[in-house]
Amino acid sequence: MSAIDVREAITRAHHEEWARVVAALTRRFGDLDIAEEAAAEAFATAVARWPGDGVPPNPGAWLTTTANRKAIDRIRRENKRDDKQREAQMLHEGDPPDDLGAIDDERLRLFFTCCHPALAMETRVALTLRMVGGLTVREIAHAFLVQEATMGQRITRAKAKIKAARIPFRVPSAEDLPARVSGVLAVLFLVFNEGYLASGPDTDPVRADLTAEAIRLTRLIRSLLPDDGEVAGLLALMLLTEARRTARISASGELVTLDEQDRGVWDAALVDEGLRLVRERLDSGEAPGRYQILAAINAVHTFARDVRDTDWSQVVALYDQLVRLDPSPIIALNRAIAVAELDGPRVALAAIDRLSDTLAGYHAYHATRADLLRRLGCSQASRAAYDQAIALAGNTAETAYLTRRRDQLR
Amino acid sequence: MRYLVSVIDDKTGSATPTEMAAIDAFNERLRADGHWVFAAGLESPSTATVIDNRNGEAVLTDGPFLESKEYLAGFWIIEAADLDVALELAAEGSKHCNRKVEVRPFL
Repeated sequence: MSAIDVREAITRAHHEEWARVVAALTRRFGDLDIAEEAAAEAFATAVARWPGDGVPPNPGAWLTTTANRKAIDRIRRENKRDDKQREAQMLHEGDPPDDLGAIDDERLRLFFTCCHPALAMETRVALTLRMVGGLTVREIAHAFLVQEATMGQRITRAKAKIKAARIPFRVPSAEDLPARVSGVLAVLFLVFNEGYLASGPDTDPVRADLTAEAIRLTRLIRSLLPDDGEVAGLLALMLLTEARRTARISASGELVTLDEQDRGVWDAALVDEGLRLVRERLDSGEAPGRYQILAAINAVHTFARDVRDTDWSQVVALYDQLVRLDPSPIIALNRAIAVAELDGPRVALAAIDRLSDTLAGYHAYHATRADLLRRLGCSQASRAAYDQAIALAGNTAETAYLTRRRDQLR
Repeated sequence: MRYLVSVIDDKTGSATPTEMAAIDAFNERLRADGHWVFAAGLESPSTATVIDNRNGEAVLTDGPFLESKEYLAGFWIIEAADLDVALELAAEGSKHCNRKVEVRPFL
């Protein structure tokens, strides 16, 4: 086996086995910290040994066994120091919930512990990427533009809180499950969006590593909760959005809006997979949640040859459905963008002007106003709105696009 | 596992009779379900005295160690298997006493 093959085998094992190893060890030793450290040591051992010894026939089992041994070594070392205290601080494994059976995978427990509502959102994101995703602290720090030491502290504090406050390592009861799943999905969607609309002047406009990681983790949670409609909806939404990634940024690094994208560049395989999931949800006949509706809106776009061919009445109808679930001003803004295509920019402008109080600090609000005013021939007002949008936009590709649009005004 | 559930308020002894009755009912439930350890309300922070006897000579200061608009007005100490159970009980407690609460694990 060549050195490249071994390296690929290690990368693949890392993708496929990291969460399983961390979850199995957390369950066995009741301690996230021990599990994380032992898993990292096991992978480091693989990197050192596999090139010489060869890749073991069952890499997952090899890694779990090695990590187990590393964990036991550490516990023995520490037990000599402070036996009682260690014992007392072991992470509590909750009683298994009654009616979950098949879905009680350890990796699912790991998701729920990392995304626990008693942790701050940014902590949940960092912990999920580290413990489930297997990203290094350095990679997570880079992704969220914070110092490595700061990110390290955030993760260390989170592990300490989980242990001290006894955040359980278990799948929530059936009663709490929908809300807790929705909490996990919010974390994954946040990771995806940070990749898709990377913020900050010094970062790439699209971070394909983050969108890919979000999709990978969403696929994992889908394999663990195959009957959950919102999980399927979020995966479909990510796939349909990801399909447009390369068409969305021009060669010069400028945002290309949906109406100007070369639809031939969209990734057909991702579109197909996304549409299959949307159809599966429609066939279920169950009332859709917000991710399923957002996925359905994206599906309508992928059916159209171009922006004029789009079934805008269907898009507006889906937004109406979404507004009933989530009457937030951002949903209302996106609905207005669809209304502009159906009823014209004047109607849409009246709708979004009602949002000025809540969305005055949001760049997309000003960008949408600027575009509608431009279409209505109000150049001066449009220019002022573009100026505000540019001042608030954090994504380099968006800033470039808005600047060009502003400078094209007569 | 024990948790301190602190009741946060900007007034003292401000519970209405309805709230008091709701708290009593909740306390009964805590006892019946084996979660009860202790609970009490506290006088206002202005009645507090800080003592520093670290040097063997007690220095008394009138008032609380920390001045703030909101403060600890009462508390429960509960027994719960884990944070999920503690949070569920605390949520009930918050509803019954009609105040914000903070959940903090004992060492």
